[in-house]
Amino acid sequence: MGNLLEHMGIERDRVHFSWISSAEATKFVDVVKEISDKVKGLGLNKKFVKDYN
Amino acid sequence: MNTCIKKIRELSADLLEKGEVEKVIGFAKGTIPMATSPIAIQKKQDVNKLVFNSTCGLNLANYVSKGKGKIAVVTKGCDDRNIVTHIVENQIQRDQIYIIGVPCTGMVDKPKIAALFEDEILEFSEDNDTLTVSSLLKTQTLKKQDYLKGNCFYCTHKNPVLYDVLAADLVEEQKLDNLFPDVDQIETLDEDAKWNHFENLTKNCIRCYACRNACPLCYCPTCFVDESDPQWVGKGQDKTDVNTFHFLRAFHCAGRCTDCGACVEACPMGINVRDFTRKLNKDVLQLFGWEAGLDMIKRPPLDTYRPEDPDDFIK
Ligand code: SF4
Ligand code: SF4
Ligand code: SF4
Repeated sequence: MGNLLEHMGIERDRVHFSWISSAEATKFVDVVKEISDKVKGLGLNKKFVKDYN
Repeated sequence: MNTCIKKIRELSADLLEKGEVEKVIGFAKGTIPMATSPIAIQKKQDVNKLVFNSTCGLNLANYVSKGKGKIAVVTKGCDDRNIVTHIVENQIQRDQIYIIGVPCTGMVDKPKIAALFEDEILEFSEDNDTLTVSSLLKTQTLKKQDYLKGNCFYCTHKNPVLYDVLAADLVEEQKLDNLFPDVDQIETLDEDAKWNHFENLTKNCIRCYACRNACPLCYCPTCFVDESDPQWVGKGQDKTDVNTFHFLRAFHCAGRCTDCGACVEACPMGINVRDFTRKLNKDVLQLFGWEAGLDMIKRPPLDTYRPEDPDDFIK
């Protein structure tokens, strides 16, 4: 799925996959931090955005 | 080609006469030149309606559904792999179907031929590798090899893999160094150029869903695009909704698509929706060594787990 999105021009770092058990609180924090850092780094998303106006 | 049609008719007449099958699904002459349409023949006296030529670009596996009686179907290499996929996915049982396999020499790209003419095409005929096409203004002789459909150009499974009988001799399969040069080409683009490529590709899409309807893989009783509670995707012409539809349709075909090209054949707007599915076909071949519809026993990659499955995308 990531590959096809990337193929369509969506930045790889916008889509993340992880498997986190409810007992892995620290992993959850780490993954979310990493995701938000990477997505902030990419800036505003302009693709696959629906314009409701 | 003519001996092949004769054979298809003879076999069909025989099957219907003996009552071995309830109906034969094949191709019939279309209402305009350079066209054929699917037909279900139930009476022996109708078998002469069956034809086979280079304009049979639709996929007959799409018309094979669970019923009480046994049905016969005429299959090209790709249709045949979709029948195998149907069996693997439990859409039909092997003993419910009688397969008349046709080793295939490729189907022609009708829009490409039509583009050579200013006016309407009035006649189309073929003799092995030579096509003769005429309109009111001119007659042109073409080499079939130069006018193959995109998917047939890259096809390496022209012979049916599963059949009860063959309607012609097996053909030689082509060997290609690279099965996906078109996908590779898109992969060389940068992110914005890729995005533009797909936005341009689908900009004329009218959401008629002919591509979905022509595809044998799309047998869900209610497709996600038709669902209204929840509504997964907007139903209008908004370009984000259009691309969401195409992205998801392609993904639903992952590891199942045989690149038969029926989706493209059916599209009234000439959109090569295979640009989506072929990326998945390439990935599934590279990551899982899988091509759809070649094996009735093996489970498809999306249906099984192996410890060595590639998982570098997951944290
Ligand atoms: S994809 Fe292959 S089997 Fe199917 S119509 Fe084209 S050449 Fe024939
Ligand atoms: S997605 Fe298109 S090429 Fe693939 S199996 Fe369906 S109709 Fe054939
Ligand atoms: S057949 Fe063509 S126009 Fe119709 S929904 Fe599919 S891509 Fe769009």
